[in-house]
Amino acid sequence: MAPCALCPADNPARAILRRPKTLQPVCKQCFFDVFETEIHNTIMGFGQAEGSSADGKGKRKELFRRGEKVAIGASGGKDSTVLAHIMTLLNDRYDYGLDLCLLSIDEGISGYRDASLDTVKRNAVQYDLPLKILSYHELYGGWTMDRVVGEIGKKGNCTYCGVFRRQALDRGAHLLTVDHVVTGHNADDVAETVLMNVLRGDIARLERCTAITTGGDLPPELDDPEDTKTLEGLLPRTIKRSKPFKYTYEKEIVMYAYFKKLDYHSTECIYSPTAYRGHARALVKDLESIRPSAIVDIIYSGEAMASSIKLLGRRAGGDPGPTNEKKGYTRAPRNSQQKCTRCNSLSSQPLCQACMLLESLNKGVAKVELGAEPSKEKLVGEANGSGAMEKLAV
Amino acid sequence: MATDSTTAASEAGPMISLTVEFGGGMELLFHHQHSHNVQIPRFYDPPSIAPTSSSSPAPPTAPAPLQGKKSDIRYLIWWLREYLLDDKNRPELFSQGETIRPGILILINSTDWELEGELEYELEEGDECVFISTLHGG
Ligand SMILES: [Zn+2]
Ligand SMILES: [Zn+2]
Repeated sequence: MAPCALCPADNPARAILRRPKTLQPVCKQCFFDVFETEIHNTIMGFGQAEGSSADGKGKRKELFRRGEKVAIGASGGKDSTVLAHIMTLLNDRYDYGLDLCLLSIDEGISGYRDASLDTVKRNAVQYDLPLKILSYHELYGGWTMDRVVGEIGKKGNCTYCGVFRRQALDRGAHLLTVDHVVTGHNADDVAETVLMNVLRGDIARLERCTAITTGGDLPPELDDPEDTKTLEGLLPRTIKRSKPFKYTYEKEIVMYAYFKKLDYHSTECIYSPTAYRGHARALVKDLESIRPSAIVDIIYSGEAMASSIKLLGRRAGGDPGPTNEKKGYTRAPRNSQQKCTRCNSLSSQPLCQACMLLESLNKGVAKVELGAEPSKEKLVGEANGSGAMEKLAV
Repeated sequence: MATDSTTAASEAGPMISLTVEFGGGMELLFHHQHSHNVQIPRFYDPPSIAPTSSSSPAPPTAPAPLQGKKSDIRYLIWWLREYLLDDKNRPELFSQGETIRPGILILINSTDWELEGELEYELEEGDECVFISTLHGG
Protein backbone atom coordinates (compact mmCIF):
# COMPACT_ATOMS: atom_id res chain seq x y z
CA MET A 1 0.00 0.00 0.00
CA ALA A 2 2.35 2.66 -1.18
CA PRO A 3 1.17 6.27 -0.80
CA CYS A 4 1.14 8.46 -3.90
CA ALA A 5 4.27 10.60 -4.16
CA LEU A 6 2.49 13.38 -6.02
CA CYS A 7 -0.54 13.84 -3.78
CA PRO A 8 -0.51 16.36 -0.91
CA ALA A 9 1.75 14.78 1.71
CA ASP A 10 -0.81 14.96 4.51
CA ASN A 11 -3.42 12.91 2.70
CA PRO A 12 -1.99 10.88 -0.17
CA ALA A 13 -4.16 8.47 -2.13
CA ARG A 14 -3.09 4.87 -2.61
CA ALA A 15 -0.58 4.45 -5.44
CA ILE A 16 -1.50 2.15 -8.33
CA LEU A 17 1.59 2.51 -10.50
CA ARG A 18 5.31 2.92 -10.12
CA ARG A 19 6.44 5.38 -12.79
CA PRO A 20 9.34 3.93 -14.76
CA LYS A 21 10.85 7.34 -15.46
CA THR A 22 11.03 8.47 -11.84
CA LEU A 23 10.28 5.30 -9.84
CA GLN A 24 7.64 7.32 -7.94
CA PRO A 25 4.51 5.53 -6.77
CA VAL A 26 1.51 7.47 -8.06
CA CYS A 27 -2.24 7.23 -7.61
CA LYS A 28 -4.60 6.90 -10.53
CA GLN A 29 -5.58 10.57 -10.68
CA CYS A 30 -2.02 11.84 -10.35
CA PHE A 31 -0.91 9.35 -13.02
CA PHE A 32 -3.51 10.67 -15.47
CA ASP A 33 -2.51 14.25 -14.66
CA VAL A 34 1.22 13.73 -14.99
CA PHE A 35 0.91 11.55 -18.11
CA GLU A 36 -1.24 14.11 -19.92
CA THR A 37 0.78 17.10 -18.71
CA GLU A 38 4.11 15.63 -19.79
CA ILE A 39 2.82 15.08 -23.30
CA HIS A 40 1.45 18.62 -23.34
CA ASN A 41 4.90 19.84 -22.28
CA THR A 42 6.50 17.88 -25.10
CA ILE A 43 4.05 19.43 -27.53
CA MET A 44 4.88 22.89 -26.17
CA GLY A 45 8.58 22.18 -26.68
CA PHE A 46 9.59 22.25 -23.02
CA GLY A 47 12.56 20.19 -21.96
CA GLN A 48 13.59 18.86 -25.31
CA ALA A 49 17.26 18.01 -25.24
CA GLU A 50 17.46 18.24 -29.02
CA GLY A 51 16.18 21.80 -29.12
CA SER A 52 18.14 23.17 -26.22
CA SER A 53 21.57 21.54 -26.26
CA ALA A 54 24.62 21.50 -28.50
CA ASP A 55 24.40 24.75 -30.43
CA GLY A 56 23.17 26.57 -27.37
CA LYS A 57 20.37 28.21 -29.27
CA GLY A 58 17.92 26.65 -26.87
CA LYS A 59 14.90 28.01 -28.59
CA ARG A 60 11.63 26.40 -27.55
CA LYS A 61 9.90 24.92 -30.56
CA GLU A 62 6.24 24.05 -30.39
CA LEU A 63 5.18 20.94 -32.25
CA PHE A 64 2.08 22.46 -33.83
CA ARG A 65 0.82 25.74 -35.18
CA ARG A 66 -2.66 26.96 -34.45
CA GLY A 67 -4.97 26.05 -37.30
CA GLU A 68 -2.85 23.16 -38.53
CA LYS A 69 -4.66 20.19 -39.95
CA VAL A 70 -3.16 17.15 -38.23
CA ALA A 71 -3.69 13.52 -39.20
CA ILE A 72 -3.17 10.88 -36.52
CA GLY A 73 -1.60 7.78 -38.02
CA ALA A 74 -3.97 5.19 -36.58
CA SER A 75 -3.49 1.44 -36.57
CA GLY A 76 -5.97 0.51 -33.87
CA GLY A 77 -3.07 -0.58 -31.66
CA LYS A 78 -2.31 0.72 -28.17
CA ASP A 79 -0.01 3.60 -29.10
CA SER A 80 -2.12 5.17 -31.80
CA THR A 81 -5.34 4.61 -29.85
CA VAL A 82 -3.91 6.42 -26.82
CA LEU A 83 -2.52 9.08 -29.18
CA ALA A 84 -5.96 9.70 -30.68
CA HIS A 85 -7.40 9.98 -27.18
CA ILE A 86 -4.65 12.29 -25.92
CA MET A 87 -4.59 14.54 -28.99
CA THR A 88 -8.35 15.01 -28.76
CA LEU A 89 -8.16 15.65 -25.03
CA LEU A 90 -5.23 18.10 -25.10
CA ASN A 91 -6.45 19.95 -28.19
CA ASP A 92 -9.62 20.57 -26.28
CA ARG A 93 -8.10 21.28 -22.86
CA TYR A 94 -5.34 23.63 -24.01
CA ASP A 95 -7.06 24.99 -27.09
CA TYR A 96 -4.29 24.18 -29.58
CA GLY A 97 -6.70 25.02 -32.37
CA LEU A 98 -5.86 21.88 -34.35
CA ASP A 99 -8.08 20.28 -36.93
CA LEU A 100 -7.63 16.55 -36.17
CA CYS A 101 -8.41 13.49 -38.25
CA LEU A 102 -7.45 9.80 -38.36
CA LEU A 103 -5.47 8.26 -41.20
CA SER A 104 -5.18 4.50 -41.45
CA ILE A 105 -3.25 2.35 -43.84
CA ASP A 106 -4.60 -1.03 -44.89
CA GLU A 107 -1.60 -3.11 -45.88
CA GLY A 108 -3.80 -5.91 -47.14
CA ILE A 109 -2.72 -8.57 -44.66
CA SER A 110 -5.69 -10.84 -44.22
CA GLY A 111 -6.52 -11.78 -40.68
CA TYR A 112 -4.25 -9.08 -39.28
CA ARG A 113 -5.49 -5.69 -40.31
CA ASP A 114 -9.21 -6.34 -40.52
CA ALA A 115 -9.89 -6.45 -36.79
CA SER A 116 -7.62 -3.52 -36.04
CA LEU A 117 -9.32 -1.40 -38.71
CA ASP A 118 -12.61 -2.12 -36.94
CA THR A 119 -11.00 -0.68 -33.81
CA VAL A 120 -9.96 2.44 -35.72
CA LYS A 121 -13.50 2.83 -37.00
CA ARG A 122 -14.82 2.66 -33.43
CA ASN A 123 -12.18 5.20 -32.35
CA ALA A 124 -13.35 7.55 -35.10
CA VAL A 125 -16.84 7.45 -33.61
CA GLN A 126 -15.67 7.66 -29.98
CA TYR A 127 -13.48 10.70 -30.59
CA ASP A 128 -15.66 12.17 -33.31
CA LEU A 129 -12.79 12.35 -35.78
CA PRO A 130 -13.02 11.96 -39.56
CA LEU A 131 -11.28 8.79 -40.75
CA LYS A 132 -9.54 8.04 -44.04
CA ILE A 133 -8.43 4.49 -44.80
CA LEU A 134 -5.98 4.03 -47.67
CA SER A 135 -5.09 0.60 -48.93
CA TYR A 136 -1.95 -0.69 -50.57
CA HIS A 137 -4.32 -2.38 -52.97
CA GLU A 138 -5.62 0.90 -54.34
CA LEU A 139 -2.32 2.77 -54.09
CA TYR A 140 -0.01 0.17 -55.55
CA GLY A 141 -1.89 -1.46 -58.39
CA GLY A 142 -3.25 -4.39 -56.45
CA TRP A 143 -0.03 -5.18 -54.55
CA THR A 144 -1.34 -6.02 -51.10
CA MET A 145 1.22 -7.33 -48.60
CA ASP A 146 -0.37 -10.77 -48.96
CA ARG A 147 0.52 -10.65 -52.65
CA VAL A 148 3.98 -9.19 -52.01
CA VAL A 149 4.76 -12.02 -49.59
CA GLY A 150 3.37 -14.53 -52.06
CA GLU A 151 5.85 -13.13 -54.56
CA ILE A 152 9.00 -12.53 -52.54
CA GLY A 153 8.47 -14.73 -49.48
CA LYS A 154 8.50 -13.62 -45.87
CA LYS A 155 12.13 -12.61 -45.82
CA GLY A 156 12.59 -8.93 -46.49
CA ASN A 157 8.91 -8.16 -46.86
CA CYS A 158 9.10 -5.57 -44.06
CA THR A 159 11.23 -3.44 -46.38
CA TYR A 160 8.41 -3.28 -48.89
CA CYS A 161 5.83 -2.69 -46.20
CA GLY A 162 7.92 0.12 -44.66
CA VAL A 163 8.51 1.95 -47.94
CA PHE A 164 4.91 1.52 -49.01
CA ARG A 165 3.54 2.69 -45.68
CA ARG A 166 5.74 5.73 -45.58
CA GLN A 167 4.55 6.82 -48.97
CA ALA A 168 0.98 5.81 -48.24
CA LEU A 169 0.97 8.15 -45.25
CA ASP A 170 2.29 10.95 -47.45
CA ARG A 171 -0.30 10.34 -50.12
CA GLY A 172 -3.04 10.02 -47.54
CA ALA A 173 -1.89 13.29 -46.02
CA HIS A 174 -2.07 14.99 -49.41
CA LEU A 175 -5.49 13.53 -50.11
CA LEU A 176 -6.74 14.81 -46.79
CA THR A 177 -4.81 18.06 -47.32
CA VAL A 178 -3.23 17.81 -43.89
CA ASP A 179 -0.15 19.75 -42.83
CA HIS A 180 1.20 17.33 -40.33
CA VAL A 181 1.06 13.64 -39.42
CA VAL A 182 1.54 12.44 -35.85
CA THR A 183 2.47 8.86 -35.10
CA GLY A 184 2.39 6.81 -31.90
CA HIS A 185 6.13 6.08 -31.67
CA ASN A 186 6.96 5.97 -27.99
CA ALA A 187 10.17 6.29 -25.98
CA ASP A 188 10.78 2.54 -26.09
CA ASP A 189 10.46 2.57 -29.89
CA VAL A 190 12.86 5.48 -30.20
CA ALA A 191 15.39 3.86 -27.84
CA GLU A 192 15.13 0.67 -29.85
CA THR A 193 15.76 2.53 -33.10
CA VAL A 194 18.68 4.46 -31.60
CA LEU A 195 20.29 1.16 -30.58
CA MET A 196 19.72 -0.36 -34.00
CA ASN A 197 21.25 2.60 -35.75
CA VAL A 198 24.22 2.69 -33.39
CA LEU A 199 24.79 -1.04 -33.86
CA ARG A 200 24.63 -0.61 -37.63
CA GLY A 201 26.80 2.48 -37.59
CA ASP A 202 24.06 4.35 -39.40
CA ILE A 203 24.69 7.83 -38.10
CA ALA A 204 22.50 9.44 -40.74
CA ARG A 205 19.43 7.60 -39.60
CA LEU A 206 20.43 8.08 -35.98
CA GLU A 207 19.94 11.79 -36.45
CA ARG A 208 16.57 11.34 -38.09
CA CYS A 209 15.22 8.83 -35.59
CA THR A 210 15.95 11.04 -32.60
CA ALA A 211 14.28 14.08 -34.14
CA ILE A 212 10.82 14.66 -32.75
CA THR A 213 9.72 16.15 -36.07
CA THR A 214 10.95 15.22 -39.53
CA GLY A 215 10.02 16.29 -43.04
CA GLY A 216 7.92 19.29 -43.91
CA ASP A 217 9.41 22.72 -44.25
CA LEU A 218 12.90 23.13 -42.96
CA PRO A 219 13.04 24.73 -39.56
CA PRO A 220 14.13 28.36 -39.88
CA GLU A 221 17.61 27.81 -38.51
CA LEU A 222 18.25 25.25 -41.21
CA ASP A 223 17.41 27.68 -43.97
CA ASP A 224 20.87 29.05 -43.42
CA PRO A 225 22.75 27.94 -46.57
CA GLU A 226 25.54 26.42 -44.48
CA ASP A 227 23.05 24.17 -42.80
CA THR A 228 21.36 22.78 -45.87
CA LYS A 229 24.12 20.21 -45.95
CA THR A 230 22.64 18.43 -42.97
CA LEU A 231 20.65 15.34 -43.58
CA GLU A 232 17.27 17.00 -43.43
CA GLY A 233 18.34 19.23 -46.30
CA LEU A 234 19.16 16.21 -48.40
CA LEU A 235 15.88 14.46 -47.92
CA PRO A 236 12.95 15.03 -50.16
CA ARG A 237 10.52 17.36 -48.48
CA THR A 238 7.74 15.10 -47.45
CA ILE A 239 4.89 15.76 -45.12
CA LYS A 240 5.83 16.89 -41.63
CA ARG A 241 5.75 14.04 -39.10
CA SER A 242 5.99 14.21 -35.34
CA LYS A 243 6.14 11.85 -32.39
CA PRO A 244 4.34 13.40 -29.40
CA PHE A 245 5.12 10.22 -27.39
CA LYS A 246 8.86 10.49 -27.99
CA TYR A 247 9.48 10.70 -24.24
CA THR A 248 6.50 8.60 -23.14
CA TYR A 249 7.20 5.13 -21.80
CA GLU A 250 5.40 2.20 -23.35
CA LYS A 251 4.56 0.95 -19.88
CA GLU A 252 2.70 4.16 -19.09
CA ILE A 253 0.89 4.14 -22.44
CA VAL A 254 -0.36 0.63 -21.77
CA MET A 255 -1.25 1.44 -18.16
CA TYR A 256 -3.06 4.59 -19.26
CA ALA A 257 -5.06 2.58 -21.80
CA TYR A 258 -5.82 -0.01 -19.12
CA PHE A 259 -7.01 2.43 -16.46
CA LYS A 260 -8.92 4.55 -18.97
CA LYS A 261 -10.39 1.36 -20.46
CA LEU A 262 -9.48 2.51 -23.96
CA ASP A 263 -10.53 0.30 -26.82
CA TYR A 264 -7.47 -0.98 -28.64
CA HIS A 265 -6.47 -4.02 -30.60
CA SER A 266 -3.32 -6.05 -30.27
CA THR A 267 -1.94 -8.59 -32.62
CA GLU A 268 1.45 -9.20 -34.06
CA CYS A 269 1.91 -8.76 -37.77
CA ILE A 270 1.73 -12.28 -39.17
CA TYR A 271 4.70 -11.51 -41.42
CA SER A 272 6.85 -11.15 -38.35
CA PRO A 273 9.10 -8.14 -37.83
CA THR A 274 12.76 -8.23 -38.65
CA ALA A 275 14.91 -10.24 -36.28
CA TYR A 276 17.26 -7.33 -35.84
CA ARG A 277 14.59 -5.08 -34.40
CA GLY A 278 13.41 -7.94 -32.24
CA HIS A 279 16.84 -8.21 -30.64
CA ALA A 280 17.08 -4.46 -30.08
CA ARG A 281 13.63 -4.55 -28.54
CA ALA A 282 14.52 -7.39 -26.18
CA LEU A 283 17.67 -5.55 -25.18
CA VAL A 284 15.74 -2.36 -24.39
CA LYS A 285 13.21 -4.32 -22.30
CA ASP A 286 15.95 -6.21 -20.45
CA LEU A 287 17.73 -2.95 -19.65
CA GLU A 288 14.47 -1.37 -18.53
CA SER A 289 13.81 -4.20 -16.11
CA ILE A 290 17.21 -3.59 -14.50
CA ARG A 291 17.09 0.20 -14.58
CA PRO A 292 13.98 1.86 -16.02
CA SER A 293 15.70 5.16 -16.78
CA ALA A 294 17.76 3.28 -19.41
CA ILE A 295 15.13 4.13 -22.01
CA VAL A 296 15.32 7.90 -21.73
CA ASP A 297 19.07 7.60 -21.23
CA ILE A 298 19.43 5.84 -24.58
CA ILE A 299 17.32 8.52 -26.27
CA TYR A 300 19.43 11.22 -24.68
CA SER A 301 22.60 9.46 -25.85
CA GLY A 302 21.18 9.23 -29.37
CA GLU A 303 20.36 12.94 -29.38
CA ALA A 304 23.79 13.84 -28.05
CA MET A 305 25.58 11.66 -30.58
CA ALA A 306 23.50 13.00 -33.44
CA SER A 307 24.10 16.61 -32.52
CA SER A 308 27.78 16.23 -31.65
CA ILE A 309 28.64 14.45 -34.87
CA LYS A 310 26.74 17.04 -36.89
CA LEU A 311 26.83 14.80 -39.83
CA LEU A 312 27.50 16.23 -43.25
CA GLY A 313 27.17 13.74 -46.03
CA ARG A 314 26.88 9.97 -46.00
CA ARG A 315 23.35 9.73 -47.16
CA ALA A 316 20.74 7.41 -45.76
CA GLY A 317 21.65 4.62 -48.15
CA GLY A 318 25.12 4.47 -46.66
CA ASP A 319 27.11 5.44 -49.76
CA PRO A 320 29.63 8.13 -49.00
CA GLY A 321 29.56 10.95 -51.51
CA PRO A 322 32.62 12.77 -52.85
CA THR A 323 35.19 13.56 -50.20
CA ASN A 324 35.11 16.98 -48.71
CA GLU A 325 38.83 17.27 -48.19
CA LYS A 326 38.79 20.59 -46.49
CA LYS A 327 36.79 19.32 -43.57
CA GLY A 328 38.02 15.75 -43.70
CA TYR A 329 34.77 13.93 -44.09
CA THR A 330 32.67 12.87 -46.98
CA ARG A 331 29.37 14.18 -48.13
CA ALA A 332 26.98 13.63 -50.94
CA PRO A 333 26.14 16.45 -53.28
CA ARG A 334 22.90 18.14 -52.42
CA ASN A 335 20.17 16.49 -54.40
CA SER A 336 17.76 18.85 -55.98
CA GLN A 337 14.14 18.10 -55.25
CA GLN A 338 12.41 16.31 -58.02
CA LYS A 339 9.25 14.43 -58.64
CA CYS A 340 9.01 10.75 -59.29
CA THR A 341 8.46 10.39 -63.03
CA ARG A 342 5.83 7.76 -62.42
CA CYS A 343 3.77 8.80 -59.43
CA ASN A 344 4.73 12.45 -58.85
CA SER A 345 5.81 11.95 -55.24
CA LEU A 346 8.77 13.94 -54.12
CA SER A 347 11.88 11.90 -54.62
CA SER A 348 15.63 12.31 -54.72
CA GLN A 349 15.80 10.09 -57.79
CA PRO A 350 13.87 9.82 -61.06
CA LEU A 351 11.88 6.92 -59.61
CA CYS A 352 10.75 7.01 -55.98
CA GLN A 353 11.50 4.04 -53.74
CA ALA A 354 7.95 2.76 -53.79
CA CYS A 355 7.86 2.84 -57.59
CA MET A 356 11.24 1.10 -57.75
CA LEU A 357 9.96 -1.69 -55.52
CA LEU A 358 6.76 -1.91 -57.53
CA GLU A 359 8.77 -2.18 -60.70
CA SER A 360 10.81 -5.00 -59.23
CA LEU A 361 7.64 -6.78 -58.16
CA ASN A 362 6.10 -6.41 -61.57
CA LYS A 363 9.27 -7.56 -63.28
CA GLY A 364 9.46 -10.49 -60.89
CA VAL A 365 6.01 -11.53 -61.95
CA ALA A 366 7.01 -11.27 -65.58
CA LYS A 367 10.09 -13.37 -64.96
CA VAL A 368 8.18 -16.01 -63.09
CA GLU A 369 5.77 -16.20 -65.96
CA LEU A 370 8.69 -16.64 -68.32
CA GLY A 371 10.06 -19.35 -66.08
CA ALA A 372 13.20 -17.45 -65.10
CA GLU A 373 14.54 -17.03 -61.59
CA PRO A 374 13.71 -13.58 -60.19
CA SER A 375 16.63 -11.80 -58.51
CA LYS A 376 14.81 -10.98 -55.31
CA GLU A 377 17.72 -10.97 -52.94
CA LYS A 378 19.51 -8.18 -54.71
CA LEU A 379 16.49 -5.92 -54.82
CA VAL A 380 15.71 -6.51 -51.19
CA GLY A 381 19.31 -5.85 -50.26
CA GLU A 382 19.30 -2.56 -52.10
CA ALA A 383 16.08 -1.47 -50.57
CA ASN A 384 17.04 -2.44 -47.08
CA GLY A 385 18.17 1.05 -46.19
CA SER A 386 14.62 2.09 -45.53
CA GLY A 387 13.63 -1.00 -43.62
CA ALA A 388 14.15 0.57 -40.25
CA MET A 389 10.93 2.49 -40.49
CA GLU A 390 8.55 -0.45 -40.54
CA LYS A 391 6.73 0.85 -37.50
CA LEU A 392 5.84 4.12 -39.13
CA ALA A 393 2.10 4.16 -38.99
CA VAL A 394 1.62 2.16 -35.88
CA MET B 1 -1.19 -8.93 1.52
CA ALA B 2 0.08 -11.63 3.78
CA THR B 3 -1.99 -12.33 6.82
CA ASP B 4 -1.65 -15.22 9.22
CA SER B 5 -1.62 -18.18 6.89
CA THR B 6 -1.82 -21.29 9.01
CA THR B 7 -5.34 -20.85 10.33
CA ALA B 8 -6.71 -19.66 7.02
CA ALA B 9 -5.34 -22.74 5.31
CA SER B 10 -6.93 -25.27 7.55
CA GLU B 11 -10.28 -23.53 7.32
CA ALA B 12 -10.28 -22.78 3.63
CA GLY B 13 -8.74 -25.89 2.16
CA PRO B 14 -5.64 -26.57 0.16
CA MET B 15 -6.57 -24.54 -2.95
CA ILE B 16 -7.22 -20.86 -3.65
CA SER B 17 -9.25 -19.38 -6.52
CA LEU B 18 -7.86 -16.55 -8.59
CA THR B 19 -9.00 -14.58 -11.57
CA VAL B 20 -6.24 -14.36 -14.15
CA GLU B 21 -6.70 -11.97 -17.06
CA PHE B 22 -4.59 -11.61 -20.16
CA GLY B 23 -4.47 -8.54 -22.39
CA GLY B 24 -2.45 -6.76 -25.01
CA GLY B 25 -2.01 -9.93 -27.02
CA MET B 26 -1.14 -12.24 -24.10
CA GLU B 27 -4.49 -13.94 -24.52
CA LEU B 28 -3.18 -15.43 -27.76
CA LEU B 29 -0.86 -17.60 -25.68
CA PHE B 30 -3.64 -18.81 -23.38
CA HIS B 31 -6.45 -20.40 -25.40
CA HIS B 32 -7.28 -17.01 -26.99
CA GLN B 33 -9.19 -16.31 -23.82
CA HIS B 34 -9.01 -13.06 -21.84
CA SER B 35 -10.24 -14.22 -18.47
CA HIS B 36 -9.52 -17.46 -16.65
CA ASN B 37 -10.66 -18.66 -13.24
CA VAL B 38 -7.92 -20.83 -11.86
CA GLN B 39 -7.47 -22.89 -8.73
CA ILE B 40 -3.93 -23.14 -7.53
CA PRO B 41 -2.47 -24.76 -4.41
CA ARG B 42 -2.34 -22.50 -1.39
CA PHE B 43 1.19 -23.71 -0.60
CA TYR B 44 4.11 -24.91 -2.61
CA ASP B 45 7.55 -26.35 -2.17
CA PRO B 46 10.06 -23.84 -3.63
CA PRO B 47 12.67 -26.41 -4.76
CA SER B 48 10.00 -28.12 -6.86
CA ILE B 49 9.76 -25.12 -9.17
CA ALA B 50 13.47 -24.29 -9.27
CA PRO B 51 14.83 -24.11 -12.82
CA THR B 52 17.36 -26.79 -11.84
CA SER B 53 14.62 -29.17 -10.81
CA SER B 54 14.92 -32.07 -13.23
CA SER B 55 11.66 -33.79 -12.37
CA SER B 56 8.72 -32.82 -14.54
CA PRO B 57 5.95 -31.05 -12.65
CA ALA B 58 3.24 -33.04 -10.98
CA PRO B 59 -0.06 -33.03 -12.85
CA PRO B 60 -2.37 -30.21 -11.73
CA THR B 61 -4.71 -32.83 -10.32
CA ALA B 62 -2.12 -34.04 -7.81
CA PRO B 63 -3.11 -33.35 -4.20
CA ALA B 64 -1.96 -29.92 -3.07
CA PRO B 65 0.43 -29.75 -0.17
CA LEU B 66 -1.08 -28.70 3.14
CA GLN B 67 1.90 -26.67 4.14
CA GLY B 68 4.97 -25.04 2.65
CA LYS B 69 5.59 -21.61 1.26
CA LYS B 70 2.48 -19.54 0.62
CA SER B 71 1.83 -19.36 -3.09
CA ASP B 72 3.20 -16.13 -4.52
CA ILE B 73 3.56 -14.52 -7.93
CA ARG B 74 6.74 -16.52 -8.52
CA TYR B 75 4.71 -19.68 -8.15
CA LEU B 76 1.81 -18.33 -10.22
CA ILE B 77 4.13 -17.56 -13.14
CA TRP B 78 5.51 -21.09 -12.91
CA TRP B 79 2.03 -22.56 -12.60
CA LEU B 80 0.65 -20.63 -15.59
CA ARG B 81 3.62 -21.61 -17.70
CA GLU B 82 3.38 -25.27 -16.78
CA TYR B 83 -0.39 -25.75 -16.77
CA LEU B 84 -2.09 -23.02 -18.79
CA LEU B 85 0.30 -21.89 -21.53
CA ASP B 86 -0.71 -23.32 -24.89
CA ASP B 87 2.69 -23.79 -26.49
CA LYS B 88 4.91 -25.52 -23.95
CA ASN B 89 7.78 -25.38 -26.39
CA ARG B 90 7.92 -21.58 -26.30
CA PRO B 91 7.91 -20.63 -22.61
CA GLU B 92 10.12 -17.63 -23.45
CA LEU B 93 7.07 -15.88 -24.86
CA PHE B 94 5.74 -15.69 -21.31
CA SER B 95 8.54 -16.01 -18.81
CA GLN B 96 12.24 -15.51 -18.43
CA GLY B 97 13.83 -17.68 -15.78
CA GLU B 98 11.59 -17.49 -12.71
CA THR B 99 10.15 -14.10 -13.61
CA ILE B 100 7.92 -12.64 -16.28
CA ARG B 101 9.27 -11.85 -19.73
CA PRO B 102 10.40 -8.22 -19.78
CA GLY B 103 7.76 -6.07 -21.47
CA ILE B 104 4.82 -7.88 -19.85
CA LEU B 105 3.09 -5.84 -17.15
CA ILE B 106 1.42 -7.40 -14.14
CA LEU B 107 -1.35 -5.83 -12.09
CA ILE B 108 -2.45 -7.36 -8.81
CA ASN B 109 -5.94 -6.21 -7.88
CA SER B 110 -5.50 -3.28 -10.30
CA THR B 111 -2.17 -2.20 -8.81
CA ASP B 112 1.22 -2.34 -10.51
CA TRP B 113 2.97 -5.44 -9.16
CA GLU B 114 6.11 -3.34 -8.72
CA LEU B 115 4.33 -1.74 -5.76
CA GLU B 116 3.23 -5.09 -4.34
CA GLY B 117 6.51 -6.91 -3.90
CA GLU B 118 6.67 -8.37 -7.42
CA LEU B 119 7.55 -12.09 -7.25
CA GLU B 120 7.20 -12.12 -3.46
CA TYR B 121 3.54 -11.05 -3.36
CA GLU B 122 1.58 -13.75 -1.53
CA LEU B 123 -1.68 -14.58 -3.22
CA GLU B 124 -5.02 -14.44 -1.42
CA GLU B 125 -8.30 -16.11 -2.20
CA GLY B 126 -10.13 -14.04 -4.85
CA ASP B 127 -7.11 -12.05 -6.04
CA GLU B 128 -7.23 -10.73 -9.57
CA CYS B 129 -3.98 -10.88 -11.55
CA VAL B 130 -3.77 -9.15 -14.91
CA PHE B 131 -0.98 -9.77 -17.40
CA ILE B 132 -0.69 -7.23 -20.21
CA SER B 133 1.84 -7.42 -22.98
CA THR B 134 3.40 -4.20 -24.22
CA LEU B 135 5.19 -6.17 -26.91
CA HIS B 136 2.44 -6.52 -29.46
CA GLY B 137 1.82 -4.10 -32.31
CA GLY B 138 1.44 -0.44 -31.66
ZN1 LIG C 1 -1.81 11.16 -6.14
ZN1 LIG D 1 6.91 7.03 -57.56
